[in-house]
Amino acid sequence: MEKLSRRGFLKISSGVAASAAAMGAATAQAAATADAGRTTLPYKPKALTKARGLKPNSPLSFTFPDEQSPCTLVKMGREVPGGVGPEGDIVAYSTLCTHMGCPVNYDQRTLTFRCGCHYSVFDAEMGGQMVCGQATENLPQITLKYNEKNDTVTAVSVNGLIYGRQSNLI
Amino acid sequence: MAKKDRVALPPVTAQKTNMTCHFCIVGCGYHAYKWPESEEGGRAPNQNALGLDFRKQVPPLQACLTPAMTNVIQDRDGKRYNIMIVPDKECVVNQGLSSTRGGKMASYMYQPEGLTKERLAYPKLYTGDQWLDTTWEQALAIYVGVHKKILDQEGPGGLGFNCFDHGGAGGGFENTWGTGKLMFTALQTPLVRIHNRPAYNSECHATRDMGIGELNNSYEDSEVADCIVSVGANQYETQTNYFLVHLLPNLQGATKDKKQQWFPNEPHPETRIVCIDPRRTATMTIIETAVGKDKLLHLEIEPGTDIALFNGVFSYVVEQGWIDKDFIAQHTAGFDAAVTANRMSLAECSRITGVPVEKLRQFAEWAYKPKAAGVMKRTVHTYEKGIIWGNDNYLIQSALLDLVIATHNVGRRGTGCVRMGGHQEGYTRPPYPGKGKIYVDQEIIQGRGRTLTFWGCNSFQTTLNAEQYRNAVLRRSEIVKDALRKVRGGTTGQIVDTIVDAVMNKGGLFVTLIDLYPTMIMDAALVAFPAAHPGEINLTSMNGERRLRLSEKFMDAPGVAKADSLIAADIATTFKAMYQKEGNAGMVARFSGFDWKSEEDAFNDGFRRAGQPGAGPIDSQGGGTGYLATYQRLREAGNNGVQLPIKEYKDGKFIGTPMIYTDYKFDTQDGKAHFLPSPWPGLPKPVMVQKDKYRYYINQGRINEVWQTGYHNKYDPNVRDRYPMSVIEMNPQDAKDLGVRPGDIVELHNDYGATYAMAYPDAAIKRGHTFMQFGGQNGIAGDVVTEWTDRNIIPYYKGTWADIRRIGGGDHFRKTTSFKSRRYQT
Repeated sequence: MEKLSRRGFLKISSGVAASAAAMGAATAQAAATADAGRTTLPYKPKALTKARGLKPNSPLSFTFPDEQSPCTLVKMGREVPGGVGPEGDIVAYSTLCTHMGCPVNYDQRTLTFRCGCHYSVFDAEMGGQMVCGQATENLPQITLKYNEKNDTVTAVSVNGLIYGRQSNLI
Repeated sequence: MAKKDRVALPPVTAQKTNMTCHFCIVGCGYHAYKWPESEEGGRAPNQNALGLDFRKQVPPLQACLTPAMTNVIQDRDGKRYNIMIVPDKECVVNQGLSSTRGGKMASYMYQPEGLTKERLAYPKLYTGDQWLDTTWEQALAIYVGVHKKILDQEGPGGLGFNCFDHGGAGGGFENTWGTGKLMFTALQTPLVRIHNRPAYNSECHATRDMGIGELNNSYEDSEVADCIVSVGANQYETQTNYFLVHLLPNLQGATKDKKQQWFPNEPHPETRIVCIDPRRTATMTIIETAVGKDKLLHLEIEPGTDIALFNGVFSYVVEQGWIDKDFIAQHTAGFDAAVTANRMSLAECSRITGVPVEKLRQFAEWAYKPKAAGVMKRTVHTYEKGIIWGNDNYLIQSALLDLVIATHNVGRRGTGCVRMGGHQEGYTRPPYPGKGKIYVDQEIIQGRGRTLTFWGCNSFQTTLNAEQYRNAVLRRSEIVKDALRKVRGGTTGQIVDTIVDAVMNKGGLFVTLIDLYPTMIMDAALVAFPAAHPGEINLTSMNGERRLRLSEKFMDAPGVAKADSLIAADIATTFKAMYQKEGNAGMVARFSGFDWKSEEDAFNDGFRRAGQPGAGPIDSQGGGTGYLATYQRLREAGNNGVQLPIKEYKDGKFIGTPMIYTDYKFDTQDGKAHFLPSPWPGLPKPVMVQKDKYRYYINQGRINEVWQTGYHNKYDPNVRDRYPMSVIEMNPQDAKDLGVRPGDIVELHNDYGATYAMAYPDAAIKRGHTFMQFGGQNGIAGDVVTEWTDRNIIPYYKGTWADIRRIGGGDHFRKTTSFKSRRYQT
């Protein structure tokens, strides 16, 4: 096997580095071009659960669009705005209160999310509408997609700004 | 439509100005950031003006920043800017918290393509069948032309005004002074009604007659009180951050150290609260959840029986000796007469109020039983519309203050007897020129008055007996419109003559609107002038603890809109020019003194001249030391401002007055606090008639998310989806009996009128009771309120009964609106 002289090694490796840099630039440019065509943030879809095994009114925690953003999914038991799945009743929300970021808790009696810091209440059956409270925004609803073939519920985007962020994607 | 999932951050170079929230009385401090539309701050803390690190999730309670706090605006030179209005952590009032109202200030700044696009931007003239934009010159020539002819012919008595008289949006010391000087010094008309009431009066005559101004303590006093007595107030929804930042932490025990520090030599029992209200409010359910049911005593009195309640408890407290005898002897007058006049046994009190005797005793013990031998409790009394709009305003205040004075709950830290307030204050005016109070609504209904200027005041939605008042104004303004239709193409002079003829000889009423939006008054008006609000103008106001702040102008008002003070100046100056032309020196002098180029000129002319040599009489909440407050000093004082009255300005800082009457010099001639007899009068007759005839008690008031008449909110999709109509909370079983489902449209009707509302059943509402949103544009609660007032012409909005019938299904509302309980509870 031919031994690469130090000079030859440097030549090749610098060529690799150069072409990697060129590729990086090209990728960035391609991404920029792709982004320029978007009016939405490039959320990365996340499969959450199978729909058919879900029990009504049993909250399921997950994170989306990243690990720092806690969310809750609930099967409401009746068709509701933004609901997906066979019954159109599966919804999910960010669980950081839009007011000041305290965690909101799902209340199984009233089917609402409630904030213990400043007492805002959001309706899980009405797209996260604030029932009463000090937030200026409803609870961000996670846009879900349902794939009938494999019964999978996937988070695809967020409708509303998650607390504590300039953009939903950090 | 997808909601915003990202916002532009202010760069470190963004302009930053002070802004006091212009909605509720609490007056939370905010900062307004403004920077070119094409620029954005970065996510690193050193790259944005907020100093926050947005490269990672910001932890809870560290930020208060939502899309509603941002907007893009356009100044008059066409340049576009991002704006962001966020709460100020350093402000002692709100300490970084926003409310659902103030948090939307940025959204409500003018945006030609945004939700505020309906703002009045140019003067408008109704030409007989349509509204057309016109110039300030022509609109003023018509407005002043008509008023001058009437003034010259018969004097000022027919020149009517429905005017704001307060602080915050559409108010402030500048605008209250400007309008006041025009109405009272220049025009000298007594035909003026204000804000939410049909006469020129105060909502606090009794407490003032007793020598105690209604804003006599600080929000901090609620942090260190032993007990809070809350009367007809719902602080979580209507004074939110007063409740969340000051009152609730005391109930939770979070202010124990402060109490120990302030009052080291006395016991500090667990804080308790007594809420007096026929309705179980959101405030109460939150207290129960956050603190525990054992700390809250809810006295569900029969509507209109507050006087009996206070008389019974006053008598009991006197009997028990839980009063401050030395204070009464040295600093008060009229105690014995009040004891005699107000005497009522607890049994009788219970019979009238419907509150069990044990609860009455508990109230007395919690609020007034000494903490130890000779150590009086420190009890803060907070009241609002339950008293202000109660039966009857003067007597309830007297009865409550009798109890407060006897127990020495004024002038000591941790005490006080204060109204919670609706909007902020900003009163500086020349004295009212009338001899007595005029019930202006009745004057208009009975065909008197020639003109009516609705100035930042929508009494079509916010008066009593509203339907009859509205109909009278519309009917009479139609006479003028009909006459105008016959002079299309006429000169300004011919238009003026036609209007004058219609109002002088045909029973017409010449209606003008001066406001931010084309409100419901446009249905009656002929001329509309565009006004401006804080942020577009400089404006000073004071909050419920008399904290004076300057909200700074940071953007232009829409079109050619102006501050109310400068509109008043334009009107006066137009009058002056007309009289100059006639060589009428006397009238020229009356309309002089309006040479203001800016809001600051109006501030300097009114607030800062009060009490100064040569200024003449000026009633000002700044008192005689208002001159110490300059715009520059207020800018430097920021969102903490200064609590009026100002004691001095020293070393670049204001020294204000956190609590009044610590020196026991009360605002009476003899300097003593005066008890006032307040015997229980029963319900007024017109109210009794409605009660006997109709089934449902119609309580009414504000709801958290809607400010006043909803003048901004009605354009806000977030609020509109939530409350597409005025809501009426009712008992679920009552709703069922009426065949009413949540979201159904219902009609309320009684002898006075009828209105619609959207049914919102809630188990917290007692059977036979309801609570309707006050002042809404889509359903007007005032339509079913009687014309009865107290001796000072203060309405009894909270005292009416009506029948309810179902109009139709609310399927469309049920698709967009939640009907779950608005009361946070476990």
